[in-house]
Amino acid sequence: MPAFPEAARRAVADTRLRHNLAHATGTIRGRREAAVAELDDWQALREAGRQIKDHVLADLGHYLRLLEERVTEAGGTVHWARDAAEANRIVADLVKATGETEVVKVKSMATQEIGLNEALAEEGITAYETDLAELIVQLGHDRPSHILVPAIHRNRADIRDIFRREMPDAPAGLSDSPAELAEAARRHLRAKFLSAKVAVSGVNFAVADTGTLVVLESEGNGRMCLTLPETLISVMGVEKLVPSWRDLEVFLQTLPRSSTAERMNPYTSTWTGISPGDGPRDFHLVLLDNGRTATLADEVGRQALRCIRCSACLNVCPVYSRAGGHAYGSPYPGPIGAILSPQIRGIGSPVDASLPYASSLCGACFEACPVAIDIPEVLVHLRARAVESSRKHPMERAVMGIAGWTLRSPARLGMAQRAASASRWVVGRGGRIRRLPGPLKAWTDTRDAPAPPRESFRAWWARTDGGRNEEGGK
Amino acid sequence: MKIALFVTCLNDTMFPGTGQASVRLLRRLGHEVDFPTAQTCCGQMHFNTGYRRQTVPMVRGFAEAFAGYEAVVTPSASCAAMIRDWHPKIAVEEGDGGLSGRVAEVVPKVYELSEFLVDVLGVTDVGAYFPYRVTYHPTCHSLRMLHVGDRPLRLLREVRGIDLVELPEATECCGFGGTFALKNSEVSAAMCADKVTNVRSTGAEALCSADNSCLMHIGGALTRTRSGVRTVHLAEVLAATEDDRA
Ligand code: SF4
Repeated sequence: MPAFPEAARRAVADTRLRHNLAHATGTIRGRREAAVAELDDWQALREAGRQIKDHVLADLGHYLRLLEERVTEAGGTVHWARDAAEANRIVADLVKATGETEVVKVKSMATQEIGLNEALAEEGITAYETDLAELIVQLGHDRPSHILVPAIHRNRADIRDIFRREMPDAPAGLSDSPAELAEAARRHLRAKFLSAKVAVSGVNFAVADTGTLVVLESEGNGRMCLTLPETLISVMGVEKLVPSWRDLEVFLQTLPRSSTAERMNPYTSTWTGISPGDGPRDFHLVLLDNGRTATLADEVGRQALRCIRCSACLNVCPVYSRAGGHAYGSPYPGPIGAILSPQIRGIGSPVDASLPYASSLCGACFEACPVAIDIPEVLVHLRARAVESSRKHPMERAVMGIAGWTLRSPARLGMAQRAASASRWVVGRGGRIRRLPGPLKAWTDTRDAPAPPRESFRAWWARTDGGRNEEGGK
Repeated sequence: MKIALFVTCLNDTMFPGTGQASVRLLRRLGHEVDFPTAQTCCGQMHFNTGYRRQTVPMVRGFAEAFAGYEAVVTPSASCAAMIRDWHPKIAVEEGDGGLSGRVAEVVPKVYELSEFLVDVLGVTDVGAYFPYRVTYHPTCHSLRMLHVGDRPLRLLREVRGIDLVELPEATECCGFGGTFALKNSEVSAAMCADKVTNVRSTGAEALCSADNSCLMHIGGALTRTRSGVRTVHLAEVLAATEDDRA
């Protein structure tokens, strides 16, 4: 995966993609604002959400043990996974123990994070995504580009082509009308639901004191997965906990409004272990760390673990809407991806090292976030960590070093200004510079730069005694 | 009131007219204005790029240069935000009690120009005259870090002769973002192009803003595309009078 600027370049050059993204995010953004404006206690809800999550994170060990106890009492089995490989191993073994080779899936960020579908495929197990957008991504041999609308980068014609090509039971002569596409998907999925014996789900919230798991979704496909199969395996990041059932009241208001701009999400499913004669007979919960406790150890960065994956920050992000989701190199794109991925994966790869810089720090994400994650603060914090820990970018280091040295002293700043003024005739015909050298070239590729003025403010102040002796003075 | 002007390193070096306009404006309103020559830079570029250690001497320098004034006014929303949000935290992180004390004393007296005029001096009509069609870009830092709200617009609405037109999608980031404009130049340029389209759609003769950094960025694309729209800092509009035209 290349660094963010290179990956983004392709998307920026693709005008149709940019148009689709701008349209999709612009629409949802306006609707979200309206949905949020309906509640006069929005800021209080946001603060409550922040506090609940921070409280859980501060005492995570306690709440996880409580959850394990309650799930076990209710007839479920709890598994602990340190990383992606362990989690995939656990799920694969559980599926193999049932003797099945097919599973149906509820849309789940955690299983995308660990690459579960690919890991299962290596064991000869096929995982079928049942969320419509996930299905489109999966059939298109593609990667999701949005948390909530994974196929946001696809249009109707793309989807029809994918269905015709990859869906064996797609009707002949399938058109690109939304109704026909949805019907084709429904028929395709119904066959899977009726035959599947094993399902894999993610988890939006886990209630520690009752051992209840919660999934929120729009289409009802998730509910089919949660109730029809005999075995249910749920994979959740350890940060998904809330202390008690009562805490859901906050998130069941903030999540739908932030994500789909709905007052309530259409389907909210909750389940507690197993109930004889109803739903799955066997239930497993895989608790996934995968870099989360390391993230928790960082005082500034840990707030990323409050995230409820609503994707509001993506929809308001001016960088996401130009660069597209794929440039972020992870199932978590946009502003939250820019702070979460480098923390849970470390900043070893080019893309992870570049992600903290994939922002203009405009602050729109922080303003939109329903759990008040100060994303710009974390970005700047991660940049500082990146600079401290790496010996790379000698050019940038040198430039920043010289700039810092100059800006520390008024005398040196004055000297640099005189040098700049002296160069104005060389570089700037008509007061604008059309080409700068070296790393500054990126600026003048699309923008003129101003030529330095004849005289700096500082020099003017000294020459005119603070403007008091200016001839013909203004 | 004895006001110290923090001109900022970018204005000082590249846009001296903004500092000069601020001086004229504040004097016209009856105040004594000083430019402490020990000032340099708020440290924002280094801080936001991750060179955190290097910002400490700038934080120190700022607190020392501006000690003892009743008010520190700056014609830069993003520098005001940097100082207010980060200088105290950087001083605390540094673990230097003396520095923290000096920073804590200076920071509450730091105002962005429009805040100072509206909140401290209590004026919105500053007696300006600017007979042009103008559109206003509220920069991200003035909106979301400083929360200046509609103060700049309240000031502009009182300017005589002005034809103030609304900028579509005004609150969208212009894509400057300091070193972001270099590190992610393609994305930055795409954001800027959309801003330019919106500016041009207003038919304005001038684009006004409270940050020269954003104006430098958008202005660079405005001249490159030969739009004929010029950029003007809020301080320059507010400092302009009918005498300037005589
Ligand atoms: S960071 Fe905030 S806004 Fe972004 S997805 Fe997470 S909860 Fe939503």
